[in-house]
Amino acid sequence: MIKSLKVLQNPLANSAYQLDILEHDPKHQHASFKDKVAAIGLFPLLAGGVEIFQVNMGKMCNQVCKHCHVDAGPDRKEIMTRETMQLCLNVLAGSPIKIVDLTGGAPELNPDFRWFVEQIKALGKHIIVRCNLTIILANKRFHDLPEFFKLHRIEVVSSLPSFTQDRTDKQRGDGVFEDSIKALQMLNAVGYGLADTGLTLNLVYNPAGAFLPPSQDALEKEYKFELMKKYNISFNNLFAITNMPISRYLDYLLTTNNYDKYMEKLISAFNPAAVNNVMCRNTISVGWDGYLYDCDFNQMLDLKVTPITSQHLSVFDLSLLQNREIILKQHCYGCTAGAGSSCGGAVAE
Amino acid sequence: MADHYYNAEDLGKFGNIGEYQKEMADKFFAYYGEVFKDGALTAKEKSLVALAVAHAVQCPYCIDAYSSDAYEKGYSEAQMMEAVHVASAIKGGAVLVHGVQMMNKVKAISM
Repeated sequence: MIKSLKVLQNPLANSAYQLDILEHDPKHQHASFKDKVAAIGLFPLLAGGVEIFQVNMGKMCNQVCKHCHVDAGPDRKEIMTRETMQLCLNVLAGSPIKIVDLTGGAPELNPDFRWFVEQIKALGKHIIVRCNLTIILANKRFHDLPEFFKLHRIEVVSSLPSFTQDRTDKQRGDGVFEDSIKALQMLNAVGYGLADTGLTLNLVYNPAGAFLPPSQDALEKEYKFELMKKYNISFNNLFAITNMPISRYLDYLLTTNNYDKYMEKLISAFNPAAVNNVMCRNTISVGWDGYLYDCDFNQMLDLKVTPITSQHLSVFDLSLLQNREIILKQHCYGCTAGAGSSCGGAVAE
Repeated sequence: MADHYYNAEDLGKFGNIGEYQKEMADKFFAYYGEVFKDGALTAKEKSLVALAVAHAVQCPYCIDAYSSDAYEKGYSEAQMMEAVHVASAIKGGAVLVHGVQMMNKVKAISM
């Protein structure tokens, strides 16, 4: 299995090195994202509230995907402790935030995952789990995850970059497509993705290469047709997500000499209409160690939120965070290209 | 002026043809955009047709554009190569079917 950039001691495991390439490298100069946002009168970009509390439960994962912005994998040991989860619960208990989005790595690998879900649910919050699908097959102890998700009415969001084996395995590793199909069938078997069950199963497409996603609507129709025809699989919505030029995907772009062409694609596809709807404007991202970020991408670049007195769960101040200034860097072009991109897919027509 | 006829960067300058004749260029690009929208054929299907035609007319700009576009829209390498074979078969067939004309002529003038 491929190792993480961190274990390989690749310089790109260092967020400062990534930012240096994105922002300052004279060999890779591109139009400034901040200037683009300023030109449409939206700089500084401010949050418009905190509606989604996205928790990265750790970098440990059973997969090593080539595009992973977390640099996650089995060799990553950084996971959230129960003490930090308790800090999350303390924040959520007294807040109007209604949606909790659990991601990783594979969040289910955290030994306190189920306890955390039960505690969040007891607070009456809606939970989204970003499940990589193969975790359900990875070990016998995970085989009942579909029932567990169903019990807590969790919304499941799962990556499947193609309805073909070839492209999926190229990006996510050998055998991932086959296991993903089995896992989707297990989720369908308990009612996920089926009409009138209220059990939501959304899939995520992201490009397996140096290009932007095609039309989300057209892809969704095709996925629904192909997955039903070949595997009798149903799901609710498809989210088309753009790959961010950071971490492992940045490594791929640089080593294949695609970085500058990809950045130019993102820049030429800059869509002012997408800027208003970027996810950082209504989300707060929590790291495995309790620090706070504008989004999961800024988290991986170690760009903590701007209010310096509210950068950790222990000093969480919603009044400061809900209209904070968002930290913008060159990778942000990934969220504003074409129809835009977020953890919920396209954000603009 | 370059000392060769094709330059990859020129593909990005296609829109500049309007500098010399704006009205016709505008009409062409509006028509072009309309052609490639979802219709009786999907935009994805049209991309594969375009890829095959690009090879048949041997346009390097079009091959560049539609190799990317067809792959990005989800066609596999094998599907794209089969589309090129279709173009090749039609081009080859177009040559070979003229062999009938040659045969007709030869039969007409031979004893």
